[in-house]
Amino acid sequence: MSEALVASQAPGTDTPVPGASGARQFWRRLRVQRAALVAAVVVALLVLVALAAPLLTALEGQDPTTYHPSLIDSARGGVPIGSFGGIGADHWLGVEPQTGRDLFARLVYGARVSLGVALAATVVQVAIGVAVGVASALGSRWVDQLLSRTTDIIVAMPLMIMSLALLAIVPSSFPRPVLVTLVIGLIAWGNIAKIVRAQTLTLKGLDYVSAARLSGWNTWRIARRELLPGLAAPVITYAALLVPMNISVEAALSFLGVGVKPPTPSWGQMLTSADVWYQAAPQYLLLPAGALFVTVLALTVLGDGVRTALDPRAASRLRVGTGRKSESESENGTGTGKEETA
Amino acid sequence: MSGFGGFVLRRALGMVVTLLAISVIVYVVFYATPGNVAQITCGPRCSPEQVHQVAEQLKLGDPLYLRYWHFLEGLFVGQDYSTGTSVAHCSAPCLGLSYQSDQQVMDIILTKLPVSLSLVLGAMVLWLLLGIGTGVLSAWRRGRISERLLTALTLAGTATPVFVIGLVLMIVVCGELQLLPFPQYVNFGDDPEQWAWNLLLPWLSLALIEAAAFARLTRASMLETLAEDHIRTFRAYGVGERSIVGRHALRGALAPVIALNANNVGSAVGGAVLTETLFGLPGIGQELVHAVKVVDLPVVVGMVLVVGFFVVIANAVADVLYAVADRRVVLA
Repeated sequence: MSEALVASQAPGTDTPVPGASGARQFWRRLRVQRAALVAAVVVALLVLVALAAPLLTALEGQDPTTYHPSLIDSARGGVPIGSFGGIGADHWLGVEPQTGRDLFARLVYGARVSLGVALAATVVQVAIGVAVGVASALGSRWVDQLLSRTTDIIVAMPLMIMSLALLAIVPSSFPRPVLVTLVIGLIAWGNIAKIVRAQTLTLKGLDYVSAARLSGWNTWRIARRELLPGLAAPVITYAALLVPMNISVEAALSFLGVGVKPPTPSWGQMLTSADVWYQAAPQYLLLPAGALFVTVLALTVLGDGVRTALDPRAASRLRVGTGRKSESESENGTGTGKEETA
Repeated sequence: MSGFGGFVLRRALGMVVTLLAISVIVYVVFYATPGNVAQITCGPRCSPEQVHQVAEQLKLGDPLYLRYWHFLEGLFVGQDYSTGTSVAHCSAPCLGLSYQSDQQVMDIILTKLPVSLSLVLGAMVLWLLLGIGTGVLSAWRRGRISERLLTALTLAGTATPVFVIGLVLMIVVCGELQLLPFPQYVNFGDDPEQWAWNLLLPWLSLALIEAAAFARLTRASMLETLAEDHIRTFRAYGVGERSIVGRHALRGALAPVIALNANNVGSAVGGAVLTETLFGLPGIGQELVHAVKVVDLPVVVGMVLVVGFFVVIANAVADVLYAVADRRVVLA
């Protein structure tokens, strides 16, 4: 945060903030945390799998929606034929009970839904939260009262219950992943608005903002140029924690049968009937459950790492950039940092 | 009025305002939606006459604020519903009629409520014990292997969706080991022992997930308190480590835990929905999921209001408890 403040200290200059130095320092502080680094690699791999889902399934020669009635034993209630749930050269992870759809294809396409919905919902939450928080802090007393009370109510309402209820009233023709994204995004922005409001109030009292106001800038320009850069750190920190939460919520809604619906694959949805099949096809339970666990865990650990890296007090304990050894280390750090951003 | 009484009064007033605001938002969101509200409310199998009757009942011809007033009236003084031939009275608090199941929403909720309360309250006892216990233990054993193990476990706990842990518990305990029969809800009044046995797995599933957050917070809060001056003074006086950690530091560390417990009521209710669905417990959550699937609007609205009511009350109670634990809050 301090870097962002320093970088925006000169009103009127068009320095893009957070500047390169801020990003570099952030990366340096993140990479010394081993757990966060491992988590970042896992997350990167997951994103890669999600992006490359069509490629991976083409490699396997399958797709996530084709039924394979010949691969399931309808006499035994739809259990996959063959050992270990029908694992073989054609179906790398076996097939889904009852439908015979390819499990590998559904799993990697499920990653798309999971990550896509969670990230998009986070964007919606951040957008609304920042807008409401800044408006609340800069607006008149009445605006502040109205927005703050609304935020309190939004925070008080249980997320699961509200999203369940909202899903009931939207016609089923609406594309489900988009709907789930919007519902999660529109309900769970309260905490980010609170954080942004508090931070904006703090920043508003600082000298450089007063200087900008005295030089005749209007509120909108001050908010955009002077306040938003200072909000980056807390917003990024909280957003990083929102992503795994959103993944869990999407999975939960789909598990309940009201979120993402078939034929679109989703990890939560796969688990709906997994308990019935666990003896015949244990991977039908273990794979989506494991995928959910690893994804949420990696994102949570990464989120913790991001928080530590952005919190000046916690970061000082990491001892980055002190002494000769870490000097050379930080040089390496900038090198890899550039590769990473490129 | 000032001081503690004034604080409680202010908090109670704020609670009433919040509840009213929630009811307005919920009413507007659900009954001012585009589309034929009467048709949606009545259900897909309703005849045009029935739909017309529902429209009459909900006073759909009136402007929105009058309809809301009518709804509030039902809540506070009750209302009469004509069901074609006879007139049924729905006494206050009346949340309306479920036209699809031909029952009063309040009756549906009241039959389901004990199950959900059993689940959430029982789990709450467990997650507080587990969470605070783990947190204290890992703060005490800081730097040892046992602390690392506990930290890893709590991290895994925060990353596991409640239905995954529930599924695994159910399959392992009921399916493979056959230690417990598949849970089936028994009324507490009928057989308390069976009630507890059957709720054991649902309690555990819900509590293990929630406990993780408490363990992390308690640990952080304990470490902070242990670093404070008065603890150093206790140490200097030769007070035993066990007493310092278990009594003096814990007392100071509990206030944020109380606050978290209130905030978590909302998420616990969400977890309860999943747990009930997974274990087939006939509670509010299962009913809500059903109502959402068949689009039984009055039931959905009623449930959201009742759950919101509980969450808001829990928050207010926690605020007061927090103030009892830390009187400085009252002054703020």
